[in-house]
Amino acid sequence: MQLPPALCARLAAGPGAAEPLPVERDPAAGAAPFRFVARPVRFSREHQFFEDGDVQRHLYLQDVLMQVADVPEKPRVPAFACQVAGCCQVFDALDDYEHHYHTLHGNVCSFCKRAFPSGHLLDAHILEWHDSLFQILSERQDMYQCLVEGCTEKFKTSRDRKDHMVRMHLYPVDFRFDKPKKSRSPASAEAPGDSGERSEGEAMEICSEPVAASPAPAGERRIYRHRSVSELVLKPVLNMCLVLRILGCTWAAALLILNSER
Amino acid sequence: MWSVQQFLRQAQRGTEEKEREGALVSLRRGLQHPETQQTFIRLEGSMRTLVGLLTSNQALLQLEAARCLHELSHSEQSTVAEACLPATSYLLTYLSGHSSDFIELCLYTLGNLIVESEAVRRQLLPQGIVPALAACIQSPHVAVLEALGYALSQLLQAEEAPEKIIPPASASSSILASTLPQHMLQMLQPGPKLNPGVAVEFAWCLHYIICSQVSNPLLIGHGALSTLGLLLLDLAGAVQKTEDAGLELLACPVLRCLSNLLTEAAVETVGGQMQLRDERVVAALFILLQFFFQKQPSLLPEGLWLLNNLTANSPSFCTSLLSLDLIEPLLQLLPVSNVVSVMVLTVLCNVAEKGPAYCQRLWPGPLLPALLHTLAFSDTEVVGQSLELLHLLFLYQPEAVQVFLQQSGLQALERHQEEAQLQDRVYALQQTALQG
Repeated sequence: MQLPPALCARLAAGPGAAEPLPVERDPAAGAAPFRFVARPVRFSREHQFFEDGDVQRHLYLQDVLMQVADVPEKPRVPAFACQVAGCCQVFDALDDYEHHYHTLHGNVCSFCKRAFPSGHLLDAHILEWHDSLFQILSERQDMYQCLVEGCTEKFKTSRDRKDHMVRMHLYPVDFRFDKPKKSRSPASAEAPGDSGERSEGEAMEICSEPVAASPAPAGERRIYRHRSVSELVLKPVLNMCLVLRILGCTWAAALLILNSER
Repeated sequence: MWSVQQFLRQAQRGTEEKEREGALVSLRRGLQHPETQQTFIRLEGSMRTLVGLLTSNQALLQLEAARCLHELSHSEQSTVAEACLPATSYLLTYLSGHSSDFIELCLYTLGNLIVESEAVRRQLLPQGIVPALAACIQSPHVAVLEALGYALSQLLQAEEAPEKIIPPASASSSILASTLPQHMLQMLQPGPKLNPGVAVEFAWCLHYIICSQVSNPLLIGHGALSTLGLLLLDLAGAVQKTEDAGLELLACPVLRCLSNLLTEAAVETVGGQMQLRDERVVAALFILLQFFFQKQPSLLPEGLWLLNNLTANSPSFCTSLLSLDLIEPLLQLLPVSNVVSVMVLTVLCNVAEKGPAYCQRLWPGPLLPALLHTLAFSDTEVVGQSLELLHLLFLYQPEAVQVFLQQSGLQALERHQEEAQLQDRVYALQQTALQG
């Protein structure tokens, strides 16, 4: 198929439309027995017209998927340890370390050291577990946000939220990243390793670092006792701001949470 | 020889992490075989154990467990895909993590599972797969974007997609209601940031959305026509520069998207900018047609489909065909196949039906000899379309009649006068020729 030499030049030149020649139709053009009508054609999803192109697409995907399934040989490096304080894992491949870092040290709660798979779940955890302001507000309004991305529903209790996630979003009843908080008794401090529901696979919120008898001050745990109003408001705000600063958020974000009570 | 059960037990309860990881690696290799997949899914508690490892705090076990799941996702048995249902909420959760390799793996696994089972799709939609995928599109990693495009294309290809997955009115946030369409179009904008592997996936996604004909005016409103038009120009440029065999993978869905979008009424009524008017599109299309002719003739019909849709209602594009001397190259495609012949003749009819000014430019030249040639074909549709074109040519360019007669045109017509679908038109043309 020979193309005119000027065609490439036309492609390279600027945009423009041809000045159309005058259109002048004779009614005899469409008169029977002739039936041609100029019209754009539409093909729907299942049309046979697409068969050849679809086959090529399918073959291409087969190749891609085969490459994905092939796990490449990891390039090995001299063994090195994770640099995060308290973590004693050793690696001999950089990819392994990268995944370890993101999984265990990427979204970690600074209060209880639990690790989460995403910033979204970490944020929810901090709010619900470590923020007394949240607790106060939740007595008056629905504060437990559905954990499914894109769902804006909020609930009175974490139990209600779980029911919603199971019923509406078909989440598993034992979803690992929605553990209910421990019951609130005045003297109970929560140790990070203390999960009575620990499953065989060791649910992810629990950090792998060996937990020595925790010297962490009880003040970081949720303990109900009478506090003055200013304490009730100020300390959670400061906690929240500290956390948010760690997460790279601004004062504005801190205020947003406080403003949730209008 | 260890059994599936033994590998699982070792993975779950082994003391050394390396041993546990090794057990999962062995399990994964076994799961490449259908019989082992069946054994696995029939074993009580096996998926529960695997999910436990998938959500464990040991990153490497998690990764290997995900790879086992990925192997299972390759199965063509929907029972195996359905056995993976307990894992889907976690696969989706991990899409908002930060480990790009892991996210890529989860995306391919999800894409595979989506294809195999409607039950899986019925669960993934309320679990929020569309928002989860929409969040992934912000990833800076090319491999993640390509995997995302793949998973999305599989979701969009589902039979129930036009009713349940694409439209804005769908219950659990649909594709068109999300930011995905705009982002997809961004991935298709030509320029230094265009990645071919990523573009291919999103072009196919767009094709599935467009040919479902759910809400194409919305896409036109997002600039789909101009983005795809520019991409077509870019492809033609690329085709000229390299012998890259992969370009047709992107060209095919782009052609389909453009062709289908051009049938929307929105194209006609919306103001100038939304429409496709640039003559360079015709030039680009012919460069691609030549590329297909040499490398991938099965795609010629798709290219000619676009040419039909460009020229049908556009005097400007018809004029371009004439002024850029593209009639002769078009005629060179006639011998390829009957389907291609019919389409070439249809495009020529699009030009000829616009009247004498157009037919004058078709005459004299290679058109009449070509028509005499196609009249000798046995395919009824090819001959029928030739008759239509001849009729237009005789009507608007009467001088052609004499030459037709001199070139034994009547004998060419006579061959078909018994054919039911053709005889009326043959007769009419015979009359015209004899009177002229």
